[in-house]
Amino acid sequence: MADEIFAIELKGITKTFGSVVANDNIHLTVKHGEILALLGENGSGKTTLMNMLSGIYHPDGGSITVRGNEVFINSPKDAFALGIGMIHQHFKLVDVLSASENIVMGTRAQKRQGKAALSAEITEISRKFGLQIDPGKKIYNMSVSEKQTVEILKVLYRGADILILDEPTAVLTPQETEKLFSILRRMKAEGCAVIIITHKLNEVLAISDRVTILRKGKSVGTVATVETDAKKLTELMVGRPVELLIDRPDTSKAPSLLEVVHLTVKNEEGYDALRDVAFDLAGGEILGVAGVAGSGQKELCEAIAGLAKIEKGAILFNKESIAGKTPAEIIKSGISMSFIPEDRLGMGLVASMDITHNMLLKSYKTGKPFILDRKPARALAEHLVKRLAINTPDIGTPVRQLSGGNVQKVLLGREIESNPSLLITAYPVRGLDINSSYTIYDLLNEQKRKGVGILFIGEDLDVLLELCDRIMVLCHGEVTGIVEAKKATKEQIGLMMAGERQRGEVGNSA
Amino acid sequence: MTNVINFIVAAVLSGTPLLFATTGEILTQRSGNLNLGVEGMMWLGAFAGFYTAYKTENPVLAVLAAFGLAAFGALIYAFLTVTMKANQNVTGLTLTTFGIGLSLVMGYAMIDSAGGAPKVSSELRASLAPADIPFLSDIPYVGKLLFQYNPLVYLGIAVAALSAVYLYRTRTGLNVRAVGENPSSADAAGINVTAAKYINILIGGGICGIGGAYMSLVTANGSWQPAGIVNGNGWIAVALVIFVSWNPAKAILGSFIFGAFNSLTNYIPASVVEIPKAFYQMLPFVLTTVVLIITSIRKSRENSQPAGCGINYFREER
Repeated sequence: MADEIFAIELKGITKTFGSVVANDNIHLTVKHGEILALLGENGSGKTTLMNMLSGIYHPDGGSITVRGNEVFINSPKDAFALGIGMIHQHFKLVDVLSASENIVMGTRAQKRQGKAALSAEITEISRKFGLQIDPGKKIYNMSVSEKQTVEILKVLYRGADILILDEPTAVLTPQETEKLFSILRRMKAEGCAVIIITHKLNEVLAISDRVTILRKGKSVGTVATVETDAKKLTELMVGRPVELLIDRPDTSKAPSLLEVVHLTVKNEEGYDALRDVAFDLAGGEILGVAGVAGSGQKELCEAIAGLAKIEKGAILFNKESIAGKTPAEIIKSGISMSFIPEDRLGMGLVASMDITHNMLLKSYKTGKPFILDRKPARALAEHLVKRLAINTPDIGTPVRQLSGGNVQKVLLGREIESNPSLLITAYPVRGLDINSSYTIYDLLNEQKRKGVGILFIGEDLDVLLELCDRIMVLCHGEVTGIVEAKKATKEQIGLMMAGERQRGEVGNSA
Repeated sequence: MTNVINFIVAAVLSGTPLLFATTGEILTQRSGNLNLGVEGMMWLGAFAGFYTAYKTENPVLAVLAAFGLAAFGALIYAFLTVTMKANQNVTGLTLTTFGIGLSLVMGYAMIDSAGGAPKVSSELRASLAPADIPFLSDIPYVGKLLFQYNPLVYLGIAVAALSAVYLYRTRTGLNVRAVGENPSSADAAGINVTAAKYINILIGGGICGIGGAYMSLVTANGSWQPAGIVNGNGWIAVALVIFVSWNPAKAILGSFIFGAFNSLTNYIPASVVEIPKAFYQMLPFVLTTVVLIITSIRKSRENSQPAGCGINYFREER
């Protein structure tokens, strides 16, 4: 048999950003009619590697071969010409344009093509791959899943038969993920080569034919999916065996700490971001919040922290309403919030300040008037660095220069050190590697044992199910149910995330 | 009735330079660049247009020269902001200062060599006089209202209409709008962001320049009066862009409304109300302020500033 022609073959790809080596001598192949999973922790260089295939970055070394020919991809346009289409993690769509405008932008019109003819062409491609889309709908009116469909159509319209999907399931419900996977299988059957980037092991096992694992910028191995399992993949990904179970300590039932009744909050645009939300939270309990991104999680955090105006309803903390209190008064009463936004820095820390000064942000009001007392803040900073193993040259380094995981430890550490009785934490493990994630889970469990009530807003359902005592599901700002985590299943929560109401109220003792 | 028609005609005449400038700035902003150098580019166009008309007595060459020199100013801006990634606001303001300064210096040199305020020939002024189209111009009322303008007025309307077709009806226009909204998405879709920005900034700047030439050749009646040729019209155009929600088709009516305020002073007889002239001169600027306040309250996704406007695009930014 002659040498097999690979759809894509990468040999010795190297890419550095300043002094950081993002990709180091990476080898990878994918065939037509095959789904390859690219597995690796955050920061292992997956996205950088794929950005070189789609022409956004240029490799510093190594060669890219497409269908047997060595190529140089200088721009996304070159990539399209080679039949390579990338579906980015953060969608590359123009909000104010319609689906069909987004699909055709950047392409040359073959002939004078009216809107109707274009719509028909898009519908035709949609049907072939089992996609559903309204070509005239504006992107800003679309759900995340619809936006992803537009992204997929965009590359298919350009005739791409090599598809790269960067963390496509991060924002989808389990049901939507299943739908996406069936589309990918259909593409595979049509002879497309598919590369799916992910760090979720169960998805790798469910969809891929082979897996290439990256660790710290290097390719550490490629295995056939049928010959491996989650444990082996984790070892390859992390570099040593890892215990994958999250601890859930039992605590005695404490009295209710936080009660939220009929809470309605409007967002910046004036729509209801939260509608009639009701739940309670006891000390020594972790209440998880599940929901697709943008279901009202941010507004819930902000309402409890006193940053958003309560339109209707009430938030009772220790039987006392927090309405009308300033954020400072709320912090003083023992509520602490750490919100990790997508860029991981936007809320809570000042990037250009060092760890000490970021500690001061919360304590500058104590001590002598007018003059800052840096001593306790410095002591606290040193304590945190030691206790949480924060990787930093010293406490005088601006937090901007720390890696994502370390920044998050600084933020969460500061909030925990203020000895709150209620801790709100949103996406605390967003973008963290497995080790750092487990450090954070341990920190949260330690607080739980101390009797702190924890509101944990998460995105990974597996983690929510293992860590939390109860899970509240939000959909479009409404609570679709609160379930006991021990008894709940992923499918059940997924359906609730998509708006299906829970049958037979459980768990909510109110 | 005659008075009303005269007033409308005056409004159109006075709104035409605004129409050029607004259309030019819309093209620029649609590609994601806020160019605050409109006033400067209009001055460049005013000088280049006047000087060429004065020397060659050819109105077509004058318009082309105005376009060219203003586009050259825009090229400096484009190089600094698109290629060198300089701050757009600062660069635009600098272009205004530069454009006014350069045109005034050259203007004084021209006055010196002419030994007095230079004036273009009467033949050239005649070529920019109100049109006399056989039959059409003679229709009562309608003829005066629609068919008795100077050629630059019709050029302005044509440029604005063509710009609207370009932005909303062509694939290239779609690409430009994508670049202005979200350059990173446009880049990922295979659009050459840098080229789109350069082309639109240059063409947009050139069109602003024609507006300037209109002011020195028609509004100032073909004589170079260095003190106040462009007279802040570039700034009004920047606000008009917002008023007409980045749509060149709407710019046609919007410019004429502002032109009406410009020419109000001559149509309210002192016998009715006696208001100082300075008040009328202030009116367009007051209206601009009011428009900015009203449009900042208005919230609509399609009718707001292109989301990427004012922000430079770096592809390899991590």
